[in-house]
Amino acid sequence: MTFDELARHPGPASAFFLERETRGDADARDALLAKMAERLAAMRDSVDRGLTNDAKSRTGMVGWNAKGLHQAADLLDAPLLKRVQAYAMAVNEENARMGRIVAAPTAGSAGTLPGALFGVADHLGRSDEELILPLITAAGFGEIISETMFIAGASGGCGAEIGPSASMAAAAITELLGGDAHAAVHAGSLALMNTIGLVCDPVGGYVEVPCVSRNAFYSVHAVAAAQLALAGLESFIPPDEVVGAMASVGRMLPPELRETGEGGVADTPTGRRIALEMAK
Amino acid sequence: MGLLDVLGPVMVGPSSSHTAGACRLALLARHARLTPPSRAELTLHGSFAKTARGHGTELALVAGLLGMMPDDPRLPEAHDHAAAAGLQVVFRTADLGDVHPNTVRIRTEGGPDGATEEVALTGSSLGGGLVRVFDVDGFRVEFRGGLHTLLVRHHDQPGVIARVARVLADDASNIATLHCARKERGGEAMMSVEIDRRLSQPALDYLAHLPYVHWMRMLPEVLSGDPPPAGPHDDGPAPARAGRIAGRDTGDGRDAPSAGGEEGAP
Repeated sequence: MTFDELARHPGPASAFFLERETRGDADARDALLAKMAERLAAMRDSVDRGLTNDAKSRTGMVGWNAKGLHQAADLLDAPLLKRVQAYAMAVNEENARMGRIVAAPTAGSAGTLPGALFGVADHLGRSDEELILPLITAAGFGEIISETMFIAGASGGCGAEIGPSASMAAAAITELLGGDAHAAVHAGSLALMNTIGLVCDPVGGYVEVPCVSRNAFYSVHAVAAAQLALAGLESFIPPDEVVGAMASVGRMLPPELRETGEGGVADTPTGRRIALEMAK
Repeated sequence: MGLLDVLGPVMVGPSSSHTAGACRLALLARHARLTPPSRAELTLHGSFAKTARGHGTELALVAGLLGMMPDDPRLPEAHDHAAAAGLQVVFRTADLGDVHPNTVRIRTEGGPDGATEEVALTGSSLGGGLVRVFDVDGFRVEFRGGLHTLLVRHHDQPGVIARVARVLADDASNIATLHCARKERGGEAMMSVEIDRRLSQPALDYLAHLPYVHWMRMLPEVLSGDPPPAGPHDDGPAPARAGRIAGRDTGDGRDAPSAGGEEGAP
């Protein structure tokens, strides 16, 4: 399955993925949509819990950021921005507290898709039911990317986690706002291209710093990618080639920057202190 | 990989590879036994070894050994549940060689009422909660937990694979993948067969009673999020050949870490 194949499909991207996965079997289609609705509900639940819970994570590094932002004054007069960021952090703070979340596509990057998708939907007054097909599209984008590279910080750094999650979110929003498969492919590609090279450097090995704030940043990034693609901007590098570049750069990263907690912000005096304290 | 594998698993945090994937590997190790283990030794490699504590990997592995799914709310308290269940767990770190960075070897032994069942399983967490098991008791195997897996350890002689395939065909079990490996000609061999649905009980009973079948397990799929059969193997093949199901030395033939590569971990 390639992005090139998908981009040539008329209509929304979700129709392409649904047909591919269920082969015209109506029962299989209903079952898949029902399962997706369950996943969506579990995602929504994790956002809701994260926005109201300000208990610290086990390390004490995160836990109160989502609620804090959600209740803060909107000084920028940008409610969409604030909402997307708060939702994304809500999921990752729940994750850091060992709460129940939906990996999308991983747990460390679990906030980006719900942050962006629910953030936009709530901002525009769209119902959760309208998000099921965009969610299918998001999953399909993750599947295409995973055919080239294992989606894991250990295999390709954060670019192989937050990259796919932002790409999936950008495609889902594009579909929610009426974009066809072609537009979704370019949204996803733009999002992915601009995450290449990000390192995976969790402080102390905990999925907290920089992961929680990173999801806030890249959920906004996904919304931006959708906006560009919906306005007709395209990825100059063909999307399948962008995936190849992402995988290639990921493999070039030294092990220290691939989820070992031995490089980047993890390998700072403060990062090392936290690692030592938590090992006690 | 299907769409639901990408948007999932639904899981207790914090890491799909280091928590959910680890839990699933341990769950498979649990299902490779007839009885709950009383002791487990878990050898962590690579990123698993370096960041296990931070990602809750140890908790997830213990939870899986207790039969918990990745979204089980009891997962964060897995150590307490292990103590209550009489499961003693030891963690070690080692270089397991040229394997995926998130790899664990899970050796379980003991059992209720002095049972001596012993099984060692080695697998990797590939990312996003997906897993791959490539070694059982020192034999090369190949399965990913997305389908039901039949493991058969047998005498290496002509016709065994054909016999097993025939029984599966008669049971209308479609084979998705089949992997066979032996340690030496005429010695013991292991096959791992991924099938679309669980074998029927008569078919399992029949296979278990074949004279050249030394050990057999039917592992459930663990990726869908649907709970596996309650109490692993309560409805599985009866340990008709208890003496042969019992543990044996697994020291030879495995991808052993280099001597001195191991360091104890609390």
